[in-house]
Amino acid sequence: MWSWELFWDSFSALLPGLWITFAATVCGALLAYVLGLVFALIRQVRVPVLSQITFGLVEFIRSTPLLVQIFFFYWVVQPWMGVQWSAFWSGTIALGLHYACYTSEVYRAGIDAVPKGQWEASTALSLPRRRTWTGVILPQAIPRVLPALGNYTISMFKETPLLLAIGVIDIVGAAKDFGADHYSVEEAYTMAGIFFLVLSFPSSILVRRLERRFVKH
Amino acid sequence: MSSIDATEEPEVGAEATDDSANVMIQFDGVVKQFGDNVVLRELDFSVSPGEFVTLIGPSGSGKTTILRLLMTLEKVNGGTIQVDGEYLSHMYRGDKLVPADEKHLTKVRKRIGMVFQQFNLFPNMNVLQNITEAPIRVLGLPKSDAEERAKDLLDMVGLGEKVTAHPTQLSGGQQQRVAIARALAMRPDVLLLDEVTSALDPELVAGVLNVLKEIASTTDITFLCVTHEMGFAKDVSDRVLMFDQGQIIEDASPDKLFTEPEHERTREFLHAVIDRA
Ligand SMILES: Nc1ncnc2c1ncn2[C@@H]1O[C@H](COP(=O)(O)OP(=O)(O)O)[C@@H](O)[C@H]1O
Ligand SMILES: [Mg+2]
Repeated sequence: MWSWELFWDSFSALLPGLWITFAATVCGALLAYVLGLVFALIRQVRVPVLSQITFGLVEFIRSTPLLVQIFFFYWVVQPWMGVQWSAFWSGTIALGLHYACYTSEVYRAGIDAVPKGQWEASTALSLPRRRTWTGVILPQAIPRVLPALGNYTISMFKETPLLLAIGVIDIVGAAKDFGADHYSVEEAYTMAGIFFLVLSFPSSILVRRLERRFVKH
Repeated sequence: MSSIDATEEPEVGAEATDDSANVMIQFDGVVKQFGDNVVLRELDFSVSPGEFVTLIGPSGSGKTTILRLLMTLEKVNGGTIQVDGEYLSHMYRGDKLVPADEKHLTKVRKRIGMVFQQFNLFPNMNVLQNITEAPIRVLGLPKSDAEERAKDLLDMVGLGEKVTAHPTQLSGGQQQRVAIARALAMRPDVLLLDEVTSALDPELVAGVLNVLKEIASTTDITFLCVTHEMGFAKDVSDRVLMFDQGQIIEDASPDKLFTEPEHERTREFLHAVIDRA
């Protein structure tokens, strides 16, 4: 039986979960932005050994489900490394690592899209390699990849409920708990859905704006 | 054909640097191939300091490749290149001549500048930054000195008011003049020009060529220039080299080469170019 009262009550009950979802998205996304760039550079510069390791890692991560990776990182990798992070941090790192493999492809495409003549002009001016990257190539590549990074950030936001599998109480976790406490699940899950909708939708409009602004030139 | 084996040691010995005082650019038996396509087959030529040498010849004859080898954008497969008596393609390890490593290339390429057909300005920087970037980062000039130098150069190329403009706001001809100023800011001994007006609308060509004439007559820079602008080549060149299939088939003063070429190939080529213009 649908109860409007439970529906409105669930709003404030879900807010702490929203905060967790938000934090996991932001921290995971930052990790994905930075690590993705590092992966892309390692492969582009062909750093020996590291680029093979990165290639293997990217292939592994792209061909297994995120859920498996979240479990694997929490139950297998952490004990191996001899650390015991909270479920939140373990899950967020797994999420960031997963998306880093996708953002690294995005960066790679962005770097490849910078015309060869930019490299050649840099060489003709004797600019050091490092400065060519930081002063010429990346400042042209990164604006082009911002919309794609934005899209991946929205995907990450929508995938954070997977962290529930290792016990992180995000929006969906909070909805599940609320439903269990009140013997009625539909109100809180509906509210959770609305949370995602209300936050994702304007974000995708924002990303589309970015696209219009950066991708054409 | 064994001489175009990439692994072969260059045969040049101690005599290679002998009369370096009168030679700015020296190609000795230079071989360049892309896969099976042998573009330069044991090419020899030299350019004196301050000389303006123009390369002409049909498309695909290897003119760009010569400039790119000098700019260290490509590596030789055989033979050696020297700039002002110093090996560019090679270096000494002990007293043995070995292919140049990146460190050696970094050192020697500073003396050479290049202007490209497609300008290749940095679109993430304004005009001034395009010109000051390398003097600051490579030569270590203080920012204010680099900017002063850049502004002088912009005045010289007639773009004194475009200091803060963005490359995309400039016409092709203006962009190319910025690119020339950018190359000059490094005070190169050798300036390479690869069809620098070919991408321009016809009405913008003269402006760029006039700037180049001015520079050629007021500096002692050594020029190696690829162009289809025969009038310009005739005006500024000390010498013109006619290329065909990676070989120099004629090497003469512009007066001689443009009025009474010795080779049938040269004559045909000049007719074709002049008819097109
Ligand atoms: N990077 C490259 N890879 C393969 N072939 C190339 C490359 N650059 C040039 N060539 C070939 O070398 C030959 C000479 O080219 P190029 O030096 O550009 O001639 P030009 O400037 O006289 O028109 C052409 O046959 C061209 O296809
Ligand atoms: Mg060419």
